[in-house]
Amino acid sequence: MKSIGAYFIFLGSMFVRRESFSSYFKLTINECISIGWNSILIVAITSTFMGAVTTVQTAYNLVSPLIQNYVVAQVTREMVVLELAPTITAIVIAGKVGSSIASGLGTMRITEQIDALEVMGVNASSYLVLPKIIAAMIMYPLLVVIAGFLALYGGYIAGTMTGILTETEYVYGIRIDFNPFTVSFALIKSIVFAFLIASISAFQGFFTTGGALEVGKSSTSAVTKSCIAVLLADYILAELLLN
Amino acid sequence: MIEIKNISKSFNGTQVLEDISGNFDRGITNLIIGASGTGKSVLLKCIVGLITPEEGEVLYDGRAFLKADKEEKAQMRREIGMLFQGGALFDSKNIEENVMFPLDLLTDMKKDEKLDRVNNVLNRVGLENINKKMPAEISGGQKKRVGIARAIVNDINYLFCDEPNSGLDPRTSLLIDELIQEITHELNVTTIVVTHDMNSVMGIGEHIMYLAKGKKLWEGTSETILTSGQEDLEDFIFASKFMKKLRKTL
Ligand SMILES: Nc1ncnc2c1ncn2[C@@H]1O[C@H](COP(=O)(O)OP(=O)(O)OP(=O)(O)O)[C@@H](O)[C@H]1O
Ligand SMILES: [Mg+2]
Repeated sequence: MKSIGAYFIFLGSMFVRRESFSSYFKLTINECISIGWNSILIVAITSTFMGAVTTVQTAYNLVSPLIQNYVVAQVTREMVVLELAPTITAIVIAGKVGSSIASGLGTMRITEQIDALEVMGVNASSYLVLPKIIAAMIMYPLLVVIAGFLALYGGYIAGTMTGILTETEYVYGIRIDFNPFTVSFALIKSIVFAFLIASISAFQGFFTTGGALEVGKSSTSAVTKSCIAVLLADYILAELLLN
Repeated sequence: MIEIKNISKSFNGTQVLEDISGNFDRGITNLIIGASGTGKSVLLKCIVGLITPEEGEVLYDGRAFLKADKEEKAQMRREIGMLFQGGALFDSKNIEENVMFPLDLLTDMKKDEKLDRVNNVLNRVGLENINKKMPAEISGGQKKRVGIARAIVNDINYLFCDEPNSGLDPRTSLLIDELIQEITHELNVTTIVVTHDMNSVMGIGEHIMYLAKGKKLWEGTSETILTSGQEDLEDFIFASKFMKKLRKTL
């Protein structure tokens, strides 16, 4: 509980005593490049496989003469867009981006780089953390969009190559009864997840004390805590927005 | 001149600093010495505002720092340079960018002016042709020099050094100590150095404050320290067998 309070104080501290807009702009662009570019490969791989596996397993579960083949594609679409693309990708990103944010800030803390900034009068939490959070909130939805497309493409490849359904059936399936709100919902989720992952990891890293070992611990707990927060938020958002 | 008045600080109920007062004059190297864990770093951090003490005040040439408002603090921060124990260079920036950082932050100089200034201070600390190297690519001693360069790149009035020669061989330590003393005299700044190295104490101790268990037990100079008559301090100075032997010959 105490650390949740400290987390909110930390978030508040980022908005006082900031540097000039232009320096934030440059830092944010750099973070966008590092977060987006460094994650794209792993996101592409996981999402393509995710779509493929979903299609194959859905087909396996729906063997019935009463169900038409295209339904497999429809189910894949619903699962990918609503849940898998934003949430599974969030877990992957928590592992990749979250741990690197936490270990980066943790190292800066224990080697007194954060103190050095503070002595120069820089508000270190806002200077170092705000650009990361903003960059994550910009880049993560884009990654989710890419993940969604690639997952559907993965499903298409797996579905047609294994003969579960034809190309026309797949395309028909993913277009039928499409509710655009699911995409908006996925994007809302992804913005929330990005904020949670970046801010929780930054909080863990920023308050590291000790040495190299503690940096490792901060980074592990950043990943664990952001995963839990993502799953909790996933549930809460589903309750709030889908009911 | 920096005055500290009745500084007290505790962490989770343990008193780390107890009612410490003292003056640090301009143009000389002031040392804060004491055994590990006595609160030297904490005192230094209180002085520069990284830690807020429960009680006490720090005066920078008469200007109260801890009670100061945002603008006044920012102004005083501009006059402060600090060398950290490991150098605390920013890993993601090269040497030139590291040294230029305070200028980027606190001045509106043009790029060439800044570069001139950076090369000047790097020269002053005895470094050349390492502008484009990354902190990971230079030695510990070089890191300290870059740290000093970064600390003095702005026109500062106050210089703080936390264990400037920890992790360095005795010869390099000596060079760094001398560099700090020369810069102090040259720029006529108020310098405070935290150390537990007796070589530094004897070498550059123009004014020395001895801390033990969070209290100030003695104050003096390198000339008077060997004959202080302060028991705790003598135990600190003559800690090794060799020094104990030497003491008998004094
Ligand atoms: N942020 C902190 N939170 C809690 N305790 C702290 C903190 N910083 C320092 N301490 C405690 O204060 C005491 C003094 O620490 P300090 O770092 O000032 O020692 P020091 O005199 O600089 O020692 P050394 O010569 O080893 O650097 C130590 O017991 C330390 O555990
Ligand atoms: Mg110390």
